[in-house]
Amino acid sequence: MTQVKTGTTRTPQKSWRVVDIVVAAVLAAVCAVVFWAWANLLYPVATTAAVAYPPATGLIGGGWLIAGTLGALIIRKPGAAVFCELLAAVLEGFLGTHFGWTVVISGLVQGAAVEIVFLLTRYRKFRLAVAAAGGAMAGLFMGVSENIMYNFEWALDQQVVYASLTTLSGAIIAGVLMWLVTRALQKTGVLNGLASGAARR
Amino acid sequence: MSVTTIADTARFSPVGRSNAVIKLLGALLITAVLVVSADPVTSGIALLGQLLLLSAAGQKPLRLLLTLWPITVAALISGWGTAMLSPEGGTVLLNLGWITVTTGSLAAGAAIALRGLAIALPGITVLLTTDPTDLADGLAQTLRLPERFVLASLAALRLVEVMVKEWSVLASARRARGAGNDRGPVGMAKEFGGQAFTLLVQSLRRATRLAMTMEARGFGAGKRTWARVPRYGRVDLYTGGAAVLIAVSALSVSVLLGTHRFIWQ
Amino acid sequence: MTSHVAVDQRGAEVVLTEFGWHYPGREQPSLNSVSAHIRPGERVLLLGPSGAGKSTLLHAMAGVEQDPDGESRSGELTVNGVDPRDARGAVGFMHQDPETQVILARVGDDVAFGLENLAVPREQIWARVGAALAEVGLDLPLDHSTTELSGGQKQRLALAGTMAMRPQLLLLDEPTASVGEQGAAELRDAVERAVAQSGTTMIVVEHRVGLWESVVDRVIVLNDDGRVAFDGPTREVLGDARELLQRQGTWVPNWTPRTMAPPARDEQATPLLEARGLAVSRTQPGSRTVARRRRRERKAWAKGTPTQADIYRNENVIPAAADIDLSVRAGQALAITGENGAGKSTLALTLAGLLLPCAGTVHATKALAGDAPADPSLWEGTELITRIGSVFQHPEHQFLCSTVRAELEYGPHQAARRGAGPGVDEERIESLLARLGLGGIADANPFTLSGGQKRRLSVATVLASAPDVLILDEPTFGQDAQTWRELVDMLVEELERGTAVVAVTHDRELITALNAVELRLGA
Repeated sequence: MTQVKTGTTRTPQKSWRVVDIVVAAVLAAVCAVVFWAWANLLYPVATTAAVAYPPATGLIGGGWLIAGTLGALIIRKPGAAVFCELLAAVLEGFLGTHFGWTVVISGLVQGAAVEIVFLLTRYRKFRLAVAAAGGAMAGLFMGVSENIMYNFEWALDQQVVYASLTTLSGAIIAGVLMWLVTRALQKTGVLNGLASGAARR
Repeated sequence: MSVTTIADTARFSPVGRSNAVIKLLGALLITAVLVVSADPVTSGIALLGQLLLLSAAGQKPLRLLLTLWPITVAALISGWGTAMLSPEGGTVLLNLGWITVTTGSLAAGAAIALRGLAIALPGITVLLTTDPTDLADGLAQTLRLPERFVLASLAALRLVEVMVKEWSVLASARRARGAGNDRGPVGMAKEFGGQAFTLLVQSLRRATRLAMTMEARGFGAGKRTWARVPRYGRVDLYTGGAAVLIAVSALSVSVLLGTHRFIWQ
Repeated sequence: MTSHVAVDQRGAEVVLTEFGWHYPGREQPSLNSVSAHIRPGERVLLLGPSGAGKSTLLHAMAGVEQDPDGESRSGELTVNGVDPRDARGAVGFMHQDPETQVILARVGDDVAFGLENLAVPREQIWARVGAALAEVGLDLPLDHSTTELSGGQKQRLALAGTMAMRPQLLLLDEPTASVGEQGAAELRDAVERAVAQSGTTMIVVEHRVGLWESVVDRVIVLNDDGRVAFDGPTREVLGDARELLQRQGTWVPNWTPRTMAPPARDEQATPLLEARGLAVSRTQPGSRTVARRRRRERKAWAKGTPTQADIYRNENVIPAAADIDLSVRAGQALAITGENGAGKSTLALTLAGLLLPCAGTVHATKALAGDAPADPSLWEGTELITRIGSVFQHPEHQFLCSTVRAELEYGPHQAARRGAGPGVDEERIESLLARLGLGGIADANPFTLSGGQKRRLSVATVLASAPDVLILDEPTFGQDAQTWRELVDMLVEELERGTAVVAVTHDRELITALNAVELRLGA
């Protein structure tokens, strides 16, 4: 029963343990809090941008997308990106920086974007390039979905500018930066016990 | 805080006493109608209906919009953005080089601002009148969403308050170490990043401990029972009915008037 | 099955046979062939040095230990003859952090959580919840908010949630480590009552032996390499193992570690920091407002026209503590004491220039301020760290770098960059590393250190900038006797150097060891 298990295969375990679920949920919560602080910090800048040239706000849009890639990189389970991004989006709504139940749509769409990228690697690759692609995809989905839902009155070229900027912002903030964060987290030891932190013997 | 006092009066109103799932579904229905509709008539009617519902719930709608001014401001800004970027023609009202505002684009902007406000309200209403525990009970028991995920989310929500407090403690703890001296965007971004990273580490530690607590209390081991049952009653019929009425009348009146337009049209 | 009284409930039997635990990536195993037979209803105190795998053992018994690659365990461990991971509900487990032992927002729901997970029928749940709350002495309405509870109450709530599940084995991992004196005693009493009534087997890990001595009937002591060093009846083992326990840093009864003699009191010593008519509060203006005020006031100060206009005389703010007059003197220690919630930490932060006072003044004398303004809240970060060093209660909140050495160099480096210091003094850094026993881990990531190491590092990072005033918030809280002794020695050395030490504390022994003047808030 409690014998040493030998010869267990190292294939990634797909099912969610309690610790995976709870860490994912708390991760979404902390992303929401960080986003809230980020929005507070940038409020003057973001408002100025929104008044002067709205598509420019796409450049800081990646901040809204961090939960999806971070969730995928840390939890490494199918569905992690969608769960984290959706919950983070709803909690950000609770904290009062974004409003309305459209956050559910945004969370699902953006989470799914990241999920697609990691699904293509069959949840085996968590390299920088994959993270950046995940972030970019989330940014692209974000730009396009917001163009459809909110910016439909804008001229088409402005919509293209907006979606390009969210894609870029997603790749950098939600992709590259979150990959670096994950690597720094691994060094602190807090990820021990999770798929992303398991040290090798 | 003012938002809390609003919430206190709101929770005991008829809307507040309604079942969380009914409120959520109603809010989602209104949101869905608004999201796919682009015209000001649909948004206007939906906004009006919601404000009426809020007054029935004991709120003073105008005071509410003032208290929650960031939402109002955000709606106005998005309206302004549209007025700038909309290709609609008409008499030119303002020309600043890259900005051209015409009567047509201003109308489009006004419509967007109205729509933004109408979309924001269902979120606010549910947020102000609903206890998260009740909502989670409803999501897991009535809507049958995966219970482990719903309950973990509920537990994580409780930690949000802890994190917000910790955020300000972190700011002074870091100042005491001499961090955060550099002004300018790069210095600020670095300091923000460092503070956020520490919060992340603390929260992940908390998450692992919380998982341990929950596991030790038998969480996720198998079939569970529920100590609380979501209740449905007459008041839910009224609230649900009101939500459906708002959604349907907004859509149908606009269609009958011939003003309705989908966002893809 | 009856729903109220646990008549036929007995304690579990725990059998450990050559049980070991070796985490991947670690050189040494945490536990090394531990064998023990714990009989039903026995109450065991498990002792050992920090890092000896006591927690690992408890986690393994609770079936909650993460075994990242499935190869960490060896030997055998059974609870009532089965693997603890298959004995959910039979084993109750509590750890030391109150904040993460609360799961839900309302008291009643939180206690009911475990019963729901055990699939107890709804009709029985609420009666059991009420009984469990009464048993731990939490007389609160079921819909009372869990956020409003004190640390000690949260721990008792967790005990109620655990005992409501009627476990046969109760595992307590330093349950009182984050709780004040009174809260700890209340929790201990609640545990004693609960265990006596149910006959539950209990194993507690705790380094405050005196607290549990009267409750347990058996003591197991682990040594440094995770093996059993002593195992037997309480009195016998505490006698035989006394020396080993002292060496390990366990707080054995009637003993305080020997520390360096503090300097004599001197009421004429140079004052560095003075508070007059001070009132303090956590309610503060927004960070942008504070920054604006700092810029404005500094400009006025540079011109020699300091304004008295203050943004923060808000009458709606209820101060956490008020009417405080005090002087912080060079080479002297000041202890700030008082009940929980008396505003001690808030006062410390205000003295340190990190919060704005809501009435009265904090004034740095010329001896401390030098060429900076007299109001510490106007100081830039680098001016601050060379004058006042603040050590927060939670060391990790103050970590900024990715290695121990970089952490120590950070302050001096910042100061030098802004022309406010001589730069990184390698000698001072090396001597700090050596004095604090951190030399061997200078390149380790600060977050990976043990609790005691983190505490010492957080004090060292502040000392690296050689401040004239040192302000510490509960520096000895939850520390083992060894870390305690090292901390006290370090503080005494600082006093001798002429540094003023201000400590927010509950720790009577610390006050004595520093020969500190006591300022009691809320008295």
